Amino acid sequence: MSRISQRFEQLKARNKTALIPFITAGDPDPDVTVPLMHAMAAAGGSIIELGVPFSDPMADGPVIQRANERALKHNISLRDVIGMVRRFREQDRDTPVVLMGYLNPIEALGYEQFAKLAGEAGVDGVITVDIPPEEADEYLAALQAHGIDPIFLLAPTSGEQRIKRICDAASGFVYYVSVKGTTGAASLAIGEVASKVFHIRKSTRLPVGVGFGIKDPESAQAVAQVADAVIVGSVLVNQIESLAGQPDDIAPALSNTISQMRIAMDLI
Amino acid sequence: MPTTNQTDFSGRPDSQGHFGRYGGMFVAETLMGPLQELREAYENCILDGAFQADLEADLRDYVGRPSSLYYARQLSRKIGGARIYLKREDLNHTGAHKINNTIGQALLAKRMGKTRIIAETGAGQHGVATATVAARLGLECVVYMGSVDIARQEANVYRMRMLGARVVAVESGSKTLKDALNEAMRDWVTNVDNTFYIIGTVAGPHPYPVMVREFQAVIGREAREQILLQAGRLPDALVACVGGGSNAIGLFHPFLGDASVAMYGVEAAGEGLETGRHAAPLCAGTPGVLHGNRTYLMQDENGQIIETHSISAGLDYPGVGPEHAWLKESGRASYVSITDQEALDAFHQLTRSEGIIPALESSHALAYATKLAAGMSTDQIVLVNLSGRGDKDMHTVAGLDGLKI
Repeated sequence: MSRISQRFEQLKARNKTALIPFITAGDPDPDVTVPLMHAMAAAGGSIIELGVPFSDPMADGPVIQRANERALKHNISLRDVIGMVRRFREQDRDTPVVLMGYLNPIEALGYEQFAKLAGEAGVDGVITVDIPPEEADEYLAALQAHGIDPIFLLAPTSGEQRIKRICDAASGFVYYVSVKGTTGAASLAIGEVASKVFHIRKSTRLPVGVGFGIKDPESAQAVAQVADAVIVGSVLVNQIESLAGQPDDIAPALSNTISQMRIAMDLI
Repeated sequence: MPTTNQTDFSGRPDSQGHFGRYGGMFVAETLMGPLQELREAYENCILDGAFQADLEADLRDYVGRPSSLYYARQLSRKIGGARIYLKREDLNHTGAHKINNTIGQALLAKRMGKTRIIAETGAGQHGVATATVAARLGLECVVYMGSVDIARQEANVYRMRMLGARVVAVESGSKTLKDALNEAMRDWVTNVDNTFYIIGTVAGPHPYPVMVREFQAVIGREAREQILLQAGRLPDALVACVGGGSNAIGLFHPFLGDASVAMYGVEAAGEGLETGRHAAPLCAGTPGVLHGNRTYLMQDENGQIIETHSISAGLDYPGVGPEHAWLKESGRASYVSITDQEALDAFHQLTRSEGIIPALESSHALAYATKLAAGMSTDQIVLVNLSGRGDKDMHTVAGLDGLKI
């Protein structure tokens, strides 16, 4: 069983929902990323999602775009990000790590080489925003050969057939993008999310995570009532941006946000 | 230069938009449904006689088609080689080939019941062509443009605003065409219910590369008929500039089955391929995935897209349409490059010899065509796509002469 599946089982046994914090690797500085990953795990992050910087992050809103730009000032490459996961794993063997990014850096490294390096470093899952299952045969084969869960996105515009197809290709969990838009977009409408998640569950037994538009403990709590995982990114990246000049203050700030959400989610 | 390639070029792309290993649909999941809807609407329209009749009438009465095919006698004599013919897309309404495509897509948008049009633009020609058709059809229009491009194409920005479009300055990344495309995609993903995204070139996810090709192929269909009528034979070579590559595909596609016709796509070598400051992915890039398709890209060894350079904003793009990537790989078309300086020289040469002021983009095609023609005999023919006129480039060229206008 993969580290991601194990984590979901453990949480389920304790009647808890997963909280998945996201940061961009190398933002604002490569040295802070691994310590931040540890801090987020300690504060209640169940799975760590690490953004791989890309020059053209088409699916991201302004907050995460700027995080990409800050990281790329340090020339952070996909290999560097994998190296960060390896260092994280030296001290944490339990918390799953998922990479999220765009296809081109993976193409440049080569699917097989990427999957091999990532698997060895302890990467558990990969979300690639711009590869639909239709284009993913080789990509899926490489990830599966190295024990990495391919995690796919589902959207409000995904019809029944696509939901089925995507769930069949995915493992670990599926990620429901709760609003039409980019990361950090408008707040989600919980009623619509609930009915869509209900729908998705008919097609899969995989855990369903919900992300985009979760901004505070209240929205995290609301989503936790309908989903298996709450994914939160732009709020944390915003904090990193405003504290970029005082890097020592970032970890306590993120920890505080995450534990507030964790507390709210555990109240249900 | 006849080619002996026997590949069948007519059956591309496949149903998922692949040209060999290029093309495809590499987008976020939110857009997969809307792209499917677009594909179905497009496929219905091309089979619909009423749609085709509307399109033809607009191309004739509003754009001014057919555009003429002009024998550049003085230029040909000066070069002393093959006869050079110019396909006069510069004479179209709004001054370039771009409107062939925006007319088609806007009619499609209207059919689909969309009320809002968005577009990206580099030089501003596609933005102007989009704002123009939006004004005419009464559709709301938003154009994304990199702030660097806004600074070098002020006149076109003003034209778009006069036409009622909102021009949004894009400040992310390199602040040029690729970033404008990113921003337009973000808008589309957010407003997909009421919004139609008019992509200006043969790039993007399927069905855009094939759809834009079909709307631009009117260039090649006309040119083929016209040259047969005027010269009694097919040309020996076609030459067109390639940024994203829509004017080139539009010219090339109807000739793909004519094995005796060589094809040259001309990329922007900027300050020279050896300097790295250029916009020539087919000549000096590598394959990758950007903006929804797999194609040749300007990228570093880590797969990050790198900044491009060209004197002409319309060629300043790090990718290229996937069909060009495939035509290159199959050997059916050749891709070459022309520097800023060579393009400028060709700009002045055509202006002085024929009284036609070409766009800086088209000047790249002219520069290569004159090189090519010089090595050919006087009974041979080179047909150049004069894709746009140079009015928009006056201040760039004047600036190089130290003048401010």
